[in-house]
Amino acid sequence: MERTNAALALIPLFPLVGSVAAFLVGRVHKRAAGIIASLASILAFVWTAKLFAAMSAETVLEDVVFSWFGVASLQVDFTLRMDALGAVMCLVVTGIGSLIHIYSTAYMAEDDSVHRFFSYLNLFMFSMLLLVLGGNLLVLFVGWEGVGLCSYLLIGFWFRTIDYAAAGRKAFVVNRIGDAGFLLGIFLLWMNFGTVDFLELEAAIAGNMTLVGLCTVVALCLFIGATGKSAQIPLFVWLPDAMAGPTPVSALIHAATMVTAGIYMMARMDFVFALAPFTLAIVTIVALLTAFVAATTALLQNDIKKVLAYSTVSQLGFMFLAASAGAYWVAIFHVVTHAFFKACLFLGAGSVIHGCHHEQDMRHMGGLSRYMPITFATYLVATLAIAGIFPFAGYQSKHAILGALEHNVNPYIAPYNSWIVALVTFTAFLTAFYMTRSLAMTFFGKYRGHAHPHESPAAMSGVLVALAVLSLFGGWFLETRLPNFLEHVLAVAPGHASETIVESLLHSWVGIAGVVLGLLFYTSLAGVPGLVFSLFKPIGVLFQRKWFVDELYQAILVRPLEGVSRGLWKAVDQGFIDGAVNGSGAVIDTSGQVLRLTQSGQVRHYALWMFVATIAIVVFFLVRS
Amino acid sequence: MIPVSFYLTLAALMFTIGVCGVAIRRNVIVVFMCIELMLNAVNLSMVAFSRTVGNLDGQIGVFFVMVVAAAEAAIGLGIIIALFRSTRSLESSEASELRR
Amino acid sequence: MHSSWNLLSWLIFTPLIGAVLLYLIPLFHPSVDRHGSKARWFSLAVAVLTFAISVCALASFEVNGSMQLVERAAWIPSFGISYAVGVDGISLALILLTTVLMPVVLLASYSVHSKVRAYLFHMLLLETAMLGTLAALDVFLFYVFWELMLAPMYFIIGIWGGTRRIYATLKFVLYTVFGSVLMLAAILYVVWAYAQQTGEMSFLLSDLLARTELSFKEEVWLFAAFALAFGIKVPIFPFHTWLPDAHVEAPTGGSVILAGVLLKMGIYGFIRFGFPLFPRGAELFIPVLCGLAVIGIVYGALVAWVQTDIKKLVAYSSVSHLGYCVLGLVALNTVATTGSVYQLLNHGISTGALFLLVGVLYDRRHTRDVAEYGGLAAKVPVFAFLFLVFTLSSIALPLTNGFIGEFLILTGSYVTFPFYTTVALLGVILGAVYMLTLYMKTMFGQLDQAKNGSLTDVSAREVATFLPLLILVFWMGLYPQPILRRLEPAVDTFLSDVKARSQMLEEREMGFMAQMRPQLIRAQEGAVPGHGIVQRTSLKESNL
Repeated sequence: MERTNAALALIPLFPLVGSVAAFLVGRVHKRAAGIIASLASILAFVWTAKLFAAMSAETVLEDVVFSWFGVASLQVDFTLRMDALGAVMCLVVTGIGSLIHIYSTAYMAEDDSVHRFFSYLNLFMFSMLLLVLGGNLLVLFVGWEGVGLCSYLLIGFWFRTIDYAAAGRKAFVVNRIGDAGFLLGIFLLWMNFGTVDFLELEAAIAGNMTLVGLCTVVALCLFIGATGKSAQIPLFVWLPDAMAGPTPVSALIHAATMVTAGIYMMARMDFVFALAPFTLAIVTIVALLTAFVAATTALLQNDIKKVLAYSTVSQLGFMFLAASAGAYWVAIFHVVTHAFFKACLFLGAGSVIHGCHHEQDMRHMGGLSRYMPITFATYLVATLAIAGIFPFAGYQSKHAILGALEHNVNPYIAPYNSWIVALVTFTAFLTAFYMTRSLAMTFFGKYRGHAHPHESPAAMSGVLVALAVLSLFGGWFLETRLPNFLEHVLAVAPGHASETIVESLLHSWVGIAGVVLGLLFYTSLAGVPGLVFSLFKPIGVLFQRKWFVDELYQAILVRPLEGVSRGLWKAVDQGFIDGAVNGSGAVIDTSGQVLRLTQSGQVRHYALWMFVATIAIVVFFLVRS
Repeated sequence: MIPVSFYLTLAALMFTIGVCGVAIRRNVIVVFMCIELMLNAVNLSMVAFSRTVGNLDGQIGVFFVMVVAAAEAAIGLGIIIALFRSTRSLESSEASELRR
Repeated sequence: MHSSWNLLSWLIFTPLIGAVLLYLIPLFHPSVDRHGSKARWFSLAVAVLTFAISVCALASFEVNGSMQLVERAAWIPSFGISYAVGVDGISLALILLTTVLMPVVLLASYSVHSKVRAYLFHMLLLETAMLGTLAALDVFLFYVFWELMLAPMYFIIGIWGGTRRIYATLKFVLYTVFGSVLMLAAILYVVWAYAQQTGEMSFLLSDLLARTELSFKEEVWLFAAFALAFGIKVPIFPFHTWLPDAHVEAPTGGSVILAGVLLKMGIYGFIRFGFPLFPRGAELFIPVLCGLAVIGIVYGALVAWVQTDIKKLVAYSSVSHLGYCVLGLVALNTVATTGSVYQLLNHGISTGALFLLVGVLYDRRHTRDVAEYGGLAAKVPVFAFLFLVFTLSSIALPLTNGFIGEFLILTGSYVTFPFYTTVALLGVILGAVYMLTLYMKTMFGQLDQAKNGSLTDVSAREVATFLPLLILVFWMGLYPQPILRRLEPAVDTFLSDVKARSQMLEEREMGFMAQMRPQLIRAQEGAVPGHGIVQRTSLKESNL
């Protein structure tokens, strides 16, 4: 590997400056905010692309911005580093980010606080870029918490609705739980290796079989962090609520970039996970459950964004599955393709919501393909992509995931490989089904709403088209290039044999089946879903009510904890401690009151006391002698 | 020559009268006089001792006591007058405001 | 390094001179200066001058672990009491915190309308007491300044406080005095022991450290007395209940100083006196202190969560935050203890700022009830922005100051107490819970209280009070090195002093016992445990 210095700091610097500028200028000129922010984002993309163009797969670009803090042997530099993995992530973040910025200029045009929006959005870009460029765990953590903050701010962007603000708070707090685990991992790594730098850690850990025990614990801690950021069981509850934010935010943060940070982190720390097969087994199980639970929940949601949110949770599960099988490049591959088609889906949903005048309930949509042809076409492409149908982008990555799971050599998991593949395949079928359902409910049939739907402006539809093109060709384009590019950073399993188009189409049977069944159920056989629902009512309700996870957490965690807090305050603080304090005061007060009775205020009494005491003393001494 | 015990007995009687007066009487002036009586009882015993022992130490002490008694009389009477002005009475039991 | 300029004395007594001048110069008499504006400007100028002197002290400070700018003069020679002052990195940092916060507090004094001159007088007097406490190198002088801090604070809460101010101020003073009386007894005992052993009296810390020999049992009792005094001041759970009352009732400026500086004195006392004087006693108490610190972290956070009074919430958050500082201190390694001192500064800035923010609201609406607010972000955006920044600083978001301190503490203490530190991480989560809940309930939602409709955003003067703190939040988060560089050698000196004295006392006691009862010692040798700090710390040195 060759380490070269490069001006990496410029990449996050553009959006940081853009954030401030968009806010200050945007307060005066509303339109300028979007332009400035988009420009900053595009500049970051251009700069990344320029550095990328000069890179080979083995290059590591490095930029030590300044020495951040240091005490004794804990010395932390603000190091930015871009290797092949970082470059891929950086391109995705800045590329998709720029597209979404452009889209937002139209989507948010009528909002009063548009300057705030773009300022936050650029701030998010800044944090996300720090996250992927960070050369050590702490810089990564800066970005990690930074994106959490921006997510909080953007979810609660329309803060006048208290529920939205509460959703933002929930996101931040749940992420914090993960972050605590992440911090624990950092402590352990530093305590044992005296460094937090990725390259130094890798040199110390990679392949050292004596560290299996430690790595198992560290990897578990890091994974707890990842479950928070990347919405896995048990910390996935924030992501569906996060849909309270404006739709471009959902596309950028809660689909394409931030939520994939956990997968990125896992790939970055692959040398730790490689030594922790037990943790990887846990990751597999958690990811599998998440993918399945989220997919089933998505089946019966009526809010178009909620469907996409649960779909995202499910897809993140797919990515973790790939990573847990050791196929990090596949996970990253799915991150990239998912960024393409999920951004397209979310922005398409945004376009629909925009066109239907802020209607999000799919029951009040339908037949929109006539009013919004471009949106429809792009949504269709993205749906086929997420369904995993050849040649769309999702096919290649999903196929690679299944391949990786089939050949998983993890000793704890390997015996059950076929079961896992079966369940994943079924989940993939569900994915195709519920996405087709949302497509059909939104675009087919008759319009059931009361607004006057219209196609979105060029800035929005243009972005949709661009993303649709990526969803169409992205997978095919990256299929061979990505593993070649990433092989020096990540373990790349031997590529599967190239297949003919017919074989590929045959391999997409799951997706095709899901799509066909979905189309049938929600267009011509419209009565069937209701029938199925009434047949399996308990399960249906379970799915519809999101497995009652929120209610469960509320009942076993939040409320008891609040009760305990109140109890501590009232009983321990005010009752016990203050009781003791005030009690000792009262004792002194009372004894004073009693002793006060001896003080008559009569000089004669005092004189008498004095006399008696004198006599007593004299008698005492007389008796003693 | 009268034995010293006679003087001492007289002094003890005078002192006891003084103590009882201070303890029992309410009139401030009488209390004050009783204090003087106690002082003079002490003076008497000191003079008596002085003569018995044969040096002047005791008599010197008496002078000090007399000087202090005179000063005390001046201040004490001043206080009594001030007290009388404010309470219109010479009852010592009336002067217990400081307790409150 | 001897200073020919008496810089520290000027630093300590400039506020006092200013306070006296307030009463001497007829210009500030209420009959002339009706609204106290002249007195305000004057005292602000005094505070700024004090700050300037502290900057001079910083400029002549060399980066090493020694005591600098030392001044010494005999005060009551017959008792060996001297006026001795000096600073190392730790006290200098806290002094700078004090001198930075004081102008801010005086700027915020515009919300005080009655007896302005007396208020300013007490504030300046308080500054002298605080600076003296931080610079004193003579135990007696320290005690005098330590107690002197109480008087002005007593009046500030008792005269300018809220409705339950008398209860609060009495509770504050009695709690504190209760602890410090025991500390006085302990001080006298140490000096008595010194006099017994050397035949001369001295209250000078360096003398006591170098030459007082104490048995293990004595150390335990003496440290307990010191720990009670300092622990109440910190405050360590369960001695914290004076804090919410005092904070709630104190006027804004009083709360800021209370949270910003006074609470730091407990930790500072441990570092300067408690641990170095009685290292083996301290070692015995470390598990207790650590346990209480962690309880305090979680307990403070949980109780803060259910508060409806904004000030009370922030006060309980202080209990939680100071728990981190105690945890970092008792971990006794360079990283954690440096982090602990750094966190003291952070807490002073962010919590001080939060109290100022509550003060801004209180000035306008005269209530601190969370339910009375809501949706303010739309009405007062600048305020909301400031509130957000300091909230984030308080919950230790990276790139704000809080993160550096918390990270150093937790990283360092994880090496010493892995279990306790893991529990302490709950505080990181709960911190976000209660602060963001507060933020949500006050700033977000509908602007549904009619009275909030007429709220005005922060004025230029108020912005001026927040600006220095705002800059510090980011500067200390982005580039903490200038501060850490000065703290670290002082912390190292502290740690090695503790270690060396512990070793010295151990050897002396063993030697003494060996002389007296050689056969007993031989019999016990197998049973004597490897005494503590010395050995445990050396084990960890590989990493720290």
